[in-house]
Amino acid sequence: MTAPLLSVRDLCTHFPIRGATPFSARKIVRAVDGLTFDVHRGQILSLVGESGSGKTTAGRSILRLIEPTSGEITFDGADFRALGAGDLRRARRRMQIIFQDPFASLNPRMNVGRIIAEGMKLHAIGDGARDRRDRVAMMLERVGLSADAMTRYPHEFSGGQRQRIGIARALAVAPDFILADEPVSALDVSIQAQVLNLLQDLRADLGLTMIFIAHDLSVVEYLSDRVAVMYLGRIMEIADAADLYARPTHPYTEALLSAAPIPEPGARRARILLKGETPSPVAPPSGCVFRTRCPIAGPECAQTVPGLRQVAPGHRVACLKRG
Amino acid sequence: MTDATGNLSHSPGTPVLEVRDLVTEFTTDEGRLRAVDGVSFALHAGQTLAVVGESGSGKSVTSLSVMGLLPARIGRIASGSIRLDGRELTGLPERAMRRVRGDDIAMIFQEPMTSLTPVYTVGDQIAEAILTHRDIGRRAARARAIELLDQVGIPEPALRARAYPHQLSGGMRQRVMIAIALSCDPRVLIADEPTTGLDVTIQAQILDLLRRLQRDSGMAILFITHDLGVVAEIADRVLVMYAGRKVEEAGVEALFATPRMPYTVGLMGSTPRPGASARPGAARLRAIRGNIPSPRKLPPGCAFHPRCDHMHEGVCTTALPPLEDAGDGHLVRCARWRDIAGVPS
Repeated sequence: MTAPLLSVRDLCTHFPIRGATPFSARKIVRAVDGLTFDVHRGQILSLVGESGSGKTTAGRSILRLIEPTSGEITFDGADFRALGAGDLRRARRRMQIIFQDPFASLNPRMNVGRIIAEGMKLHAIGDGARDRRDRVAMMLERVGLSADAMTRYPHEFSGGQRQRIGIARALAVAPDFILADEPVSALDVSIQAQVLNLLQDLRADLGLTMIFIAHDLSVVEYLSDRVAVMYLGRIMEIADAADLYARPTHPYTEALLSAAPIPEPGARRARILLKGETPSPVAPPSGCVFRTRCPIAGPECAQTVPGLRQVAPGHRVACLKRG
Repeated sequence: MTDATGNLSHSPGTPVLEVRDLVTEFTTDEGRLRAVDGVSFALHAGQTLAVVGESGSGKSVTSLSVMGLLPARIGRIASGSIRLDGRELTGLPERAMRRVRGDDIAMIFQEPMTSLTPVYTVGDQIAEAILTHRDIGRRAARARAIELLDQVGIPEPALRARAYPHQLSGGMRQRVMIAIALSCDPRVLIADEPTTGLDVTIQAQILDLLRRLQRDSGMAILFITHDLGVVAEIADRVLVMYAGRKVEEAGVEALFATPRMPYTVGLMGSTPRPGASARPGAARLRAIRGNIPSPRKLPPGCAFHPRCDHMHEGVCTTALPPLEDAGDGHLVRCARWRDIAGVPS
């Protein structure tokens, strides 16, 4: 097998927070706590989890939009964490991001042409303004908008169209890797499907490599090659999408999948209702972070932090009981 | 069989809530805007009617109209009737309407944080709701508040009653809202996207709770949502709205088995199914093309026609199709539903 495009080892991002009173001890939020995974070229890896799972922080730490506390990030064979400011900026051309909120992520004072051309200018792509304009027109058509959109402003577009503009902006600098952070969750159902189809086409045509961050399990199943299930900053289970959905092994994955509603009356699965809610990442449980809500937790789960163990080829689970 | 307005005449008993030909309008800078246009439905005790739609469909405005909570001066019910146990609610003075809300109809919203006061404990807020509508003492109201917190599945209810809203998670706050809604044993609960924004494991808990409370109390639920998965889980009957109008209504089984309106079919095709995969060789999502029309510029005829694969020029583009019964009270607003389904006219 060829080397992965992106390789993450033991990535941690911890935030210090102030205590309740001025002199109380500083506390640490372990937002991301020991992530390890690879993304191969042309692959879509999804990070899925509920609020507080650390999936968004993980994505931003990988691009160093938030500086990680420790761990290794290797991008195309190079140590990404060792890059200085200039090299980092150059490397960023190859790593683009698509945001969740298509209303907040486009500058309202710039017309669409400038929004899309900005990155090209920054990274010196294109041979002058005319060539860049041609490229912008091409990008707009590539994402299903007409070229005359470039003279208009973001507020003239609907949410779905703005998300297409955001995708065109990301693609304009010909990246190798895209981080898509909940790109369809703010969109109406009928528009969400259009954008998912677009991402799918772009992946097929351009061979894009992607990390897709989402909480919608059916969208994740639809789009991903591999899925990592996160809980309180850690990966509970990672596997090929088909394998994970057919044979969820971690008790959290089982509960999560069983909770997702199916659009078929009477198809309700035997549901594993989890007790309570996700604990605070400031004071995560000892041992396995999921044990306080786990239906099969035993005394040993409070003692040992379970590592990811292989249960089948490419399928790894962090559970003392099931690993 | 159905009567002319499409209400099921074979349903047992008279409906608790009956809405007929509701038209709700907003006054804007650009003139009058019709957010709900001629919507009718009947809600029976112990039944859940889901209203499904995307942004601008008029689903939330429908529920605000029923509650008498339209923004003052801007929004108004232009025509139509809303009856609770046969009693007309439109035109009721605000004082009387305030009694109806809480006593008979209660509502829960998507973001419970904005509907709770940050400066009082949740126990006080529930007790306050009880005191407004019931003639009991403060001590009894407090005790009832703790009882309600227990009933909605909040652990250590006596302790949690002393918590402020910001000390609770989103799921817990929604439970508190449900406790307030239930405080006066309403016969109708309007739930407007009550699980949107909650994590799926918490959503599952809340849906379970609503089902249990309905089973115990027999209240009717009007459930507003955009999520077809949630609809399949909770609804007995489903009303699909598009651009302010009802475009389809049926029992939940019939709707999912044989959706008649191309928009409903499109919505279902847009939702990835379990087991569906976009990995090489798999089918694309059957997305609906185009955009949701602005209520300021609704297309003439069937409002869905510019996005519809079955559109016929002259048929769909001129006259608004009537709501027709496709059998067994399955209502559809599509001029071509017979052709599409292969049913002789």
